[in-house]
Amino acid sequence: MQTQERIEKPANKGKAASITRRFFYLSLREAGIGIALVIITLIFCIVAPYFATTDNFLKIFVQISINTVLAVGMTFAILIAGIDLSVGAVLALATVVGAKIMISKDLPVELAMILAILACMGVGIVCGFINGFITERWKIHSFIVTLGMLNIARGASQVVSDNATINGLPQPFVDFGNVIIWGIVPTIFLITVVIVGIAWFILKYTVFGRYIYAIGNNEEAVRLSGHNPAVYKIMAYTICGLCAGLGGVVWLLRLNVGSPIAGVGYELNAIAAVIIGGTTMSGGRGSVIGTFLGACILQVLNTGLQLMGVGDNFRPIVIGLVIVLAVILDTYRAKYLLNARRV
Amino acid sequence: MTTSQDKVNILEIKGVTKRFPGVVAIDNVDLNIERGEVHVLVGQNGAGKSSLVKLLCGMYQPSEGEILFEGKPYSPHRPEDAFKVGIRIVYQELNLLSYLSVAENILFEKLPRKNGLVDYKTLNRKAREALEEVGLDISPQTLVEELGIAQMQLIEIAKALSNESKLLILDEPTATLTPREISRLFNIIHRLKQRGVTIIYISHHLHEIYEIGDRVTVLRNGQKVETRSIQAVTIPEIVKMMVGRDMKEEYLFRSEVVPGPEILRVEGLRYRGNPHSISFGLKQGEIVGVAGLVGAGRTETMRALYGADLKLAGDIFLNGKLIKIKRPKDAVNHNICLLTEDRKSQGLIVDMPIYINITLADLKQITKGGLIERQVEKKAAERLVKDLGIKTPSIEQTVRNLSGGNQQKVVIAKWLFRKTEVFICDEPTRGIDVGAKYEIYNLLWELAAQGKGLIVVSSDLPELLGICHRIIVFSKGKLVGQLERSEFDQERILELAYQEYINTGIENAKMQPAS
Repeated sequence: MQTQERIEKPANKGKAASITRRFFYLSLREAGIGIALVIITLIFCIVAPYFATTDNFLKIFVQISINTVLAVGMTFAILIAGIDLSVGAVLALATVVGAKIMISKDLPVELAMILAILACMGVGIVCGFINGFITERWKIHSFIVTLGMLNIARGASQVVSDNATINGLPQPFVDFGNVIIWGIVPTIFLITVVIVGIAWFILKYTVFGRYIYAIGNNEEAVRLSGHNPAVYKIMAYTICGLCAGLGGVVWLLRLNVGSPIAGVGYELNAIAAVIIGGTTMSGGRGSVIGTFLGACILQVLNTGLQLMGVGDNFRPIVIGLVIVLAVILDTYRAKYLLNARRV
Repeated sequence: MTTSQDKVNILEIKGVTKRFPGVVAIDNVDLNIERGEVHVLVGQNGAGKSSLVKLLCGMYQPSEGEILFEGKPYSPHRPEDAFKVGIRIVYQELNLLSYLSVAENILFEKLPRKNGLVDYKTLNRKAREALEEVGLDISPQTLVEELGIAQMQLIEIAKALSNESKLLILDEPTATLTPREISRLFNIIHRLKQRGVTIIYISHHLHEIYEIGDRVTVLRNGQKVETRSIQAVTIPEIVKMMVGRDMKEEYLFRSEVVPGPEILRVEGLRYRGNPHSISFGLKQGEIVGVAGLVGAGRTETMRALYGADLKLAGDIFLNGKLIKIKRPKDAVNHNICLLTEDRKSQGLIVDMPIYINITLADLKQITKGGLIERQVEKKAAERLVKDLGIKTPSIEQTVRNLSGGNQQKVVIAKWLFRKTEVFICDEPTRGIDVGAKYEIYNLLWELAAQGKGLIVVSSDLPELLGICHRIIVFSKGKLVGQLERSEFDQERILELAYQEYINTGIENAKMQPAS
C-alpha cells in the first residue's frame, strides 16, 4: 500500500497540471477558430474596399447559408469517421422536387409550399438513410457509397426536372426569402443559425449526441458496452441527408429556381468548413460551432479576396492554402495535447 | 573460455532492464548467446520473451544495461538497425503485405533493381530459391492474401532466410504450423546451424526444444531464472523453473465467500476455427479461473459467449433459463459483461472523460426524455470513483491519463453502474503494477462477496491460484480439465495446458495426409 502512495502522488500532481492546461486549451480550441475569424474579418475591413459595409455583410450572410447548412450535416457524418459526398447532388434533387411541387397548379399555394418544404426534407432523409443503411449493412466505406449516391441523386434530379431549371415559384415564398431583419439579417441566415443551434443542442445534450462522439472515438468499445452502433451511425447519415434537403430549401429561398445543376462541388466546401472548424477526419472530435465558424472563415476569405481584386483564378489557390494550413495547425494542437498528457 | 569470450559469444546481454510505467518487463537480465548455437528461450506468458525480442530489434530501448553484438556495443533504434548488422527476426505476429506477391514480400528489404526499376526476373528467381529452401511449392507471383496462415508463416521464415544472417530469432514460429511443416522447419534450422548461423528460438512447445536446441534459458517475471544445457535438463525441471515457487498470493483467497446456486451454464459452445465444444458452469459468488497458453482459445470462447464474435453453436443458461446471445447487446441485457483483454482499444473510450466511460453501458439511468442529466450522471460517476478508489483529480479527466490499474477500475465501474451479475474478466491485471493488482483482486472479491459470478481468464498462474475457487484449463481449443481449490497445483495445471500440444502433435502427424 505504501509503495502505491509513493507512485501515485507525483503522478496526480502532473495530472492536475495537465487538466488545467487542457481546460484552457480546449476552450481555446473553438475560441481559436473564432479569433482567427475575427482577425481575418478585421484585416479585410481595413484593406479591402467596401468590405466593412452593411451591404457586404448582408451578402456574406446570404452566401454563407447554404454551405453552413450542408456543413452542419457533414459534421455528423465526419464525427462518426464517415463522409458524405452526395450532399450537393441531394441538394439539387431536393430543389427540383420542391420546385416541382410548389409550381403545381392543383394545390392551394400555402399547401403546395408546405408540401414542397416537407418534400425537400424527405428527399434528404431518404437519400441519407440509404447512404447510412448501405454503409452499415454491408460495411462499405461511406466514401464509396456516397460517391454512388452523388451520381444517382444528380441523375435523378435531371430526370425529375427534364434537365431544365424550374421557375415560377409562388410569390409569398419568394418574398419570404427576401425578408431582411434589422436591415442586415436575411431570413435564410436566421434559418441557418437555428439549424446550427439545434444540431449543437443535439450533439451536446442528447443521448444520441453522446453515442455519436463515443462511436467516433471507439466504435468497438461502444459495441462491447452493449449498444448497436450501426443504428446511431445510420441516424447520423440520415441527419446529414436531412441537412442536404434543408440546404435545398435554403437554395430555393435564395435563388427561387429548382435546378439540376445546383450544388455541384458543394460537398467539398462543406467538408472544408468542417475541417477548418476543427473536426477531425478520424472522428469523435469536433463541434458544429466550429463548423459554423469554419464556414464563416471560408466565405469571409472568398468575399474579402474578391473585393481586393484577387481574380477568380487565384482565389481557389489561397483558399486551398488556408485549408491545408488549418489542418497543419491542428496537428500542432494534437501534439500539444499529447505533451500536456505526458506532463 | 573467459579469454576468448568475445569470439565465443555472438550476443551478450548485460544487466538489461526494461521498464514501462508501473511494470518491469525485463528485470536485470544477463544472457550470452554463443556463436553457432541454437538457444531456446522459454517462459510463461508475460515472462519477458517477446519484450526481449523487441529490445533486440530496436522496437524497445533498454532502460538500463547494454547489449553487445559480436563484441561491439549494439543499441538498435529501429528494425533496420538490426537488419544492418545481420540480425533477422521472424515475429510471432505476421507482418506481410497482403496485396503484394510472395516474391515481393520475401525480398522486400532488398528488391533487386535494374536501371532503377525492379528487376522482376531476378526477384522471382531469388524468391523461388527461398521458397524451395522452406519447401513451399507455390508460385512466387502468388499474392500473399491468397495464402493460408501456415504458408504465411513459412513466407516469414523464407524472408528471414533470403538475406544472409548471422543471428536468426524465431519467435514462436511453430504456433500455426502442421507437424510436417514443423519437421521441415527443424531441418532448415539444422542446415542453418551447420552454416554457422546462430539461432534464438522461442517456443511454448517444450517437447520441440530437445530436437533442435543446444541450450535453454528460462525466464520468469522478466527475470532470467537459469541457462542450462538442453541435455542436462528435463521437461519437469523446466516447468518448475518457469512456475517458480512464489505462492505468496495465497492469502488473497477468502474462504468465507461460499458459492451459491449456479448462475451461468455454457453447453457445447463452439466458435469458428475450433472443432471442440466447450461446456462449463459458474455459480453465484464464485470466481472461476481460466488457465491455458496464449492461443488456447480462452479469449475466443469468452468472446463467443458474450456475443462479441460469431458463435457457431452452444446453449447458454442464465439461472437455469436458456437465453439467446447473438451480440454484446443481448449479453448486457442479461446482465453479463466482458472486461476485454485489451482495455484501451476495446473496453474504454480513452480520449473521453471518466464519467462518460462509466455511464456508457447504461445511459437510460441518467436520461430524461432523451436528454442527459449531467448532474445526475456526474454524481453517480463520482460515487463509483470514490467507492472503487479510482485515483484521479477529477471525473472530467480523460481515461488516457490514468494508470493501467485505474483504467481497469473505470471498466469495472462501468459494469457496476449497469448492475451486472456475471463478470467475464479477460486478463484483468495485465499491464498493471503490483500494488494496483491487489486492489483489483480485492475488487473482484468484493463482487464475489456480493453474489456475482466471475470468470477470470489469466495467463498469470499464481494469480489464478491465489483468487479462484476453481480453475478450468484450456489446451489448443479444448477444455482439458477442471481443478477444485483443494486440488490446485501449478505443475498439474501447466501439464494440462501443454497436454494437447504434445498429444495432437503425434495424432496430427498420423492423420496428416501427404498433401
